[in-house]
Amino acid sequence: MIKKTATLRNRYLDSVFLMQVARRMAASPGIHDASALLGTDANKAVLAGMGYGALDVGPNDLVVALEGEPLAVEAVAADLEAWLAPGVPGAAPAPRTLEEALRSRAADIAVVSVPGAHAAREARAALAAGLHVFLFSSNVSLEDEVSLKLDARDRGLIVMGPDCGTAYLAGAGLGFTNAVRRGPIGLVGSTGTGMQEFACLVHRAGSGISHGIGTGGRDLCDAVAGASTLAGIDALEADPATQIIVVLSKPPGAAATAKLAERLQSCTKPVMQCLLGGKDTLDGAVARTLREVGVEVPTFLRPGVSPRVTGLRPEQRHVRGLFAGGTLCYQAQAIFGQAGLTVHSNAPLHGMPALEVPEQSVGHTFLDMGAESFVEGRPHPMIDGAQRRRRLERELGDPSVAVVLLDFILGTLSSADPVGEVLDILPKGLCVAASVCGTEGDAQGLERQVRALEGAGVRVFPTAAQAAYFCRDVALTLREGS
Amino acid sequence: MSLKQRIQVANEEAFRRMVAADPVLVDVAPAAMVIPGMRDRLILHSGPPVTWERMCGAQRGAAIGMCLFEGWARDAAEAEAMLARGEIDLEPNHLHATVGPMAGTITANMWVWVVENKAFGNRAYCRQVESFQQFGDHSENALAGLRSWRDLWGPALGQAVRSMGGIPLKPLIARALQMGDEMHNRVVASSSLFANAVAPVLAASGLPPAQIQSTLYYTGNHPFLFLGLSMAAAKATMDPVRGIEASTVVTAMARNGTEFGIQVSGLEGEWFTAPSPHVLGLLLPGWKEEDAGLDMGDSAITETAGLGGFALGGAPGILAFTGGTSAQALAYSRDMRAISVGLSPHYLMPALDFEGTAMGIDIRKVVQANLVPVIDTAIAHREMGHGIIGGGLVRPPLECFTKALTRFSEMYSVREDA
Amino acid sequence: MNTALVDLLQGRPVFVNIGVRAFGESLQAAGFEVVQVDWTPPAGGDPRLAALLEDLL
Repeated sequence: MIKKTATLRNRYLDSVFLMQVARRMAASPGIHDASALLGTDANKAVLAGMGYGALDVGPNDLVVALEGEPLAVEAVAADLEAWLAPGVPGAAPAPRTLEEALRSRAADIAVVSVPGAHAAREARAALAAGLHVFLFSSNVSLEDEVSLKLDARDRGLIVMGPDCGTAYLAGAGLGFTNAVRRGPIGLVGSTGTGMQEFACLVHRAGSGISHGIGTGGRDLCDAVAGASTLAGIDALEADPATQIIVVLSKPPGAAATAKLAERLQSCTKPVMQCLLGGKDTLDGAVARTLREVGVEVPTFLRPGVSPRVTGLRPEQRHVRGLFAGGTLCYQAQAIFGQAGLTVHSNAPLHGMPALEVPEQSVGHTFLDMGAESFVEGRPHPMIDGAQRRRRLERELGDPSVAVVLLDFILGTLSSADPVGEVLDILPKGLCVAASVCGTEGDAQGLERQVRALEGAGVRVFPTAAQAAYFCRDVALTLREGS
Repeated sequence: MSLKQRIQVANEEAFRRMVAADPVLVDVAPAAMVIPGMRDRLILHSGPPVTWERMCGAQRGAAIGMCLFEGWARDAAEAEAMLARGEIDLEPNHLHATVGPMAGTITANMWVWVVENKAFGNRAYCRQVESFQQFGDHSENALAGLRSWRDLWGPALGQAVRSMGGIPLKPLIARALQMGDEMHNRVVASSSLFANAVAPVLAASGLPPAQIQSTLYYTGNHPFLFLGLSMAAAKATMDPVRGIEASTVVTAMARNGTEFGIQVSGLEGEWFTAPSPHVLGLLLPGWKEEDAGLDMGDSAITETAGLGGFALGGAPGILAFTGGTSAQALAYSRDMRAISVGLSPHYLMPALDFEGTAMGIDIRKVVQANLVPVIDTAIAHREMGHGIIGGGLVRPPLECFTKALTRFSEMYSVREDA
Repeated sequence: MNTALVDLLQGRPVFVNIGVRAFGESLQAAGFEVVQVDWTPPAGGDPRLAALLEDLL
């Protein structure tokens, strides 16, 4: 928690009005306490007594004193005018509950991103009200997920999640999405960044996505048995705009595998499966899919020969990957694994060793920077790259590092300049491989981000898999050489 | 029936009784004559039970004032000594079907408004509202006001009211709400309506001209006159709601300057208390935050009955006092609606498209929504010897409601091992 | 509402956003109708009270 004051000079406002403002601020998530006062001597003494220190303000200056979570405090302090603005006459206050919201307007989909402990209850209420649910929240119990999805099935609704970061529905992007044109390819995916990269590559190849139905990371485990995946397939099968269905996932549990196989058999539309963790890669699946719908596979999707890396010192032996996209970390491990290479990770692929101490890299290490231990209480690396930057600095100080592998995810909810967040610390001499997941329509601009990386000497690959192949080839060379 | 259903049914009954209330001013009379249990050497006070030791400065000052008013002591020092020795009994107004503003002190010779709830036959009482003694001032000036009420205004008004056969207060309140009153901190319109109603009766009363003139002046120039009536009407409305089994509706909110206490229908007889909060408000010039006493008075009975802070949405005058905007007004209304059983069909707010005030505070909803009721109130000094020093908004401590909810759950939840 | 998913996919969905504002804002920026719910944890986040309320409310 931090304490911070912000001052607006020569802003006299009614003191009781200010009490209302302070109360609204204090009610804002992440704010523990707030005061809004004029800088009279008495008020200054009060603030000093509360630990805000001596302030250089006068009785016509407005002081806002905040205590709370750093991000929340900064957000409030950065936008005081909005808090002080009188309300729009007659503007209805935002409803406080789903029930209140639905009294004034019928709706179709509830987007739920409240803390995990409360998420299941909100999702249940949404289903009971006849809404589909996009459940971004994580830390929802398996038991709750199973019961929610059974409930949804009974009502003919879908629960996308929990832990679902991305979906494209009827042209609307939910969660972390990219500017992707509409087209004949329908996606059902248990992987957020997997769906993001798939959709971006489809778009860059000139085709498009009809819909992308997220299912949440655990949907295909045996207990859940692919409930949302199957519901998604049903919907896409019946959707006139969808010509082909792509199912993106890690390998399902045995029960789900059987159910899925049965369903795919009976499906009236062609189905492409991309099972990450083995030989399948996202870009490979994109290529297969494009061929199925008769779209020419562009050259950037076809992996070429990896450029050779020269000038490595003898002690430089290890590849370190720092991923914002969990799925891309997983895919990179699979690529290394297929080549017989061992990779340590905080989110290990089956068969790969877990890092004993997540803060301490060992050998080749691929980190999912969005995983629990890193994200706890802090923003996701896609939203704010500060934590990844700090870890990158530590890795760059390790003389055993030969190659660094990075991913950059653009699109809605991602930070304004993912590349800029780490660019200045990348040393010229070091070999850095990267991929950028995005399109020219994203606010961050794919071209701009790629050029910035290339300008810093980073080797940019058109897909995450290709960047991983490059690192794999370096790793193989290093292994041969020893 | 599940417990949830029982609570639902009980609360609906509580709401029904509140809606059906028909408070009528029937008399003004000395407390000894009308207040059940009134006796010599008893001071009734606002808020939950409190001892002399724990009593705040302002309420002590008011108690001293009552000792002097009753002639139990010759001076303040003697009064204080008597009180400290326990020679005077201290009991909450609420236990005696009574309410009082700020320190709320009432003794045998204090004249009180007598309001009868014709729908249920119960009566409730409230003392006059003034700006000195009830804030802890026990000077001659303060006592003079009490004596005028006892000797001149109380008797005159009592006679007038009786000769009129009583004055129905519900229609008057409903009219006043539509004129910008909220019945707690803004009662200018209702006070005027009342003064207009009694004026001709007073004029024809046959009482001594000086008394008539003094009473007319009093009623016509007292911006808080009607507060005593709205408090008594609210108390008369809420008392029939006490003791409904399984109801989670609040029947009283009251403060004594030391503690804030609530009472709940299905938990009749119990008080749920927490330290009295600070009133965040505007102080009259010369007073500072540290001078202010803690929240005090039985006047939160108005909010309990769906008025005061619950009618804030429709009171443009008081809204300006709170620095609010129409968006604020809507937000208050939305918030109070979220913690109440229903909306009053009688008390409407024209400024909010004639929406009814939220009525029947439900402790479950307060805790669920983490929203306590809004009360707008006056501020007394911490210490005795001063009059009113300001006014503002106060929120009861959530602790009162969480304590009550925990107790309710203990009493009513079916336990596996029972 | 209870629109089967397949019908939803062909229409123009209306969203209720419960939680982080950014989700609703990005949908609104894209021209979709969103009702924002100012969600706060029930019982102020107190699990004991929330558990009590399960039986009562």
